[in-house]
Amino acid sequence: MSNESKNVLAASKRRRFIRNQMIGYGFILPNLIGYTVFVFIPVVFSFVLSVMSWDGSQRPMEFVGLANFIDVFGDKVFVGALKHTISYALMTVLPTLVLALLLAVLLNSKIKGVSIFRVAFYFPYIASIVAVGAVWNMLFQPDFGPINEFLKFIGISNPPRWVVDKNWAMVAVSIVSVWKYMGYYMIVYLAALQGISTSLYEAAGIDGANSWQKLWYITVPMLTPTTFFVLIMLTIQCFKVFDLVYVMTGGGPGNATKTLVNYIYEKAFTSWEFGPASAAAIVLFAIVLVITLIQFSGEKKWSKDM
Amino acid sequence: MEQKRKVTKLVLYSFLIVLSLFMLVPFYWMVISSLKLNKDVFSIPMRWWPETLHPENYQIIWQKLPLVTFFLNTAKLTICTTVIQLCTSCFAAYGFTKCHFKGRDTIFLMYVTTIAVPWQVYMVPQFILVSKMGLNDTHLGLVLMQAFSAFGVFLIRQFYISIPDELCEAARIDGLNEFGIFRKIIFPLGKPAMATLTIFTFTNVWNDFMGPLIYLKTKELKTVQLGIRMFISQFGADYAWIMAASVCSLIPVVIVFLSCQKFFVEGVAASGIKG
Repeated sequence: MSNESKNVLAASKRRRFIRNQMIGYGFILPNLIGYTVFVFIPVVFSFVLSVMSWDGSQRPMEFVGLANFIDVFGDKVFVGALKHTISYALMTVLPTLVLALLLAVLLNSKIKGVSIFRVAFYFPYIASIVAVGAVWNMLFQPDFGPINEFLKFIGISNPPRWVVDKNWAMVAVSIVSVWKYMGYYMIVYLAALQGISTSLYEAAGIDGANSWQKLWYITVPMLTPTTFFVLIMLTIQCFKVFDLVYVMTGGGPGNATKTLVNYIYEKAFTSWEFGPASAAAIVLFAIVLVITLIQFSGEKKWSKDM
Repeated sequence: MEQKRKVTKLVLYSFLIVLSLFMLVPFYWMVISSLKLNKDVFSIPMRWWPETLHPENYQIIWQKLPLVTFFLNTAKLTICTTVIQLCTSCFAAYGFTKCHFKGRDTIFLMYVTTIAVPWQVYMVPQFILVSKMGLNDTHLGLVLMQAFSAFGVFLIRQFYISIPDELCEAARIDGLNEFGIFRKIIFPLGKPAMATLTIFTFTNVWNDFMGPLIYLKTKELKTVQLGIRMFISQFGADYAWIMAASVCSLIPVVIVFLSCQKFFVEGVAASGIKG
């Protein structure tokens, strides 16, 4: 091959290389620009804000080190919000998980009208939260509400005062949350159940296992990865709760149902203290990060086992 | 044996029926209360069926509340966000799976590191940024802030990876350019993943409350959720009207859900299992 043709070849190779680069970037650019501007920069910026003092005005930001974090952890309202969020998670996660699993197992059996039941259980999930909050608030109405009427009817003369009682408000929110979200996780479980091979059940049947044994020794172990996934998703979702609390109680009575995100929202958008708000947001991030890391290690374990 | 099976089935059915009634009672209560007089909503003893129906509640709230505007706003936001999300995610996913260029893996790593960051963590700086761009209290600001997600790119990418590269190679040899390969081959094949992403984005944006709460202040721009919320704080004691407004807000959701039920269920299953 002559030198000249080698050069031509190299040049065309180079051109192809550059063309490939351009094409590649051309495809990702629309998303990359939007993502960088509206997600990536704000994420980085929230870390920066958490060590600054700023009210959003023209006044320049001021570096304050960890003062925001010290402030926030010294704030009774924040510590309370953290506690309320944890108690909300404790009251919500397990009931949702157990009910979702139970419903999925029941709906996985061969009976008529499964799709109607599925719609009934799934519907609360897609219903708008404001409408749902409004109706449950009325159902929980302490003096004339249907729930307390019912409780009185079955002989509880002094039923809880639900959303207006600071010990019961979070319980009320949790009940609504379980009601609203279990249909979603039921569908996740249903999909996983359909992935279990029927030959396992047939084999167990030949060995003389009854339905309970099949459930306990085949279904439950086979669903462990899904349960783990649902557990993680639910926990993260609980730590992010805002709208249900906002529409049902507004964080009250007192601050009894104020959650972490409610706290961030109020600090940022009603008192315009961006520093403490971002510090609280970083705390939320740390919590979610820990849960996510647990998820990663768990996923590794399941993928090795399977 | 046959007897026993019948009993099991009966128990199962009654259990399911009781549970689904429990799930649906709040909606039933919403509907009957919306047809009562305001003062009769909490009448004791509770009536499961009101003696006289008052459908004029719906007329009243129709006059008091610009529901059509709210619906159009919500529809506009939902459709714009979903379309932008879908298009840019598919493009990016194609770039990340079928194109080779410098820095591809580094850029993807950026997406990976931020996927686990909840929106609530960066919503404050994001709001500051959008406001500085002059997009506070506009639909555009709200659309842009939620149209780009790592989740969308991930979901589609996961699907595109399973499409063999040989398919693209063959098309390249046949003379299709990159965009042609994307449009004629990969894009049509990715429909199941797109359906999942559509359902996911659609439900999220339609039911989003916190985003509009932070961004939208002008009444004419508000979404259904915010509008109903505003109505509730104005007419706190007019229970029947509130319930009528709530019923109205649910009707489009019911229609869409019942007609595309299958997609909803499959969408959850697909996004749920993959995480």
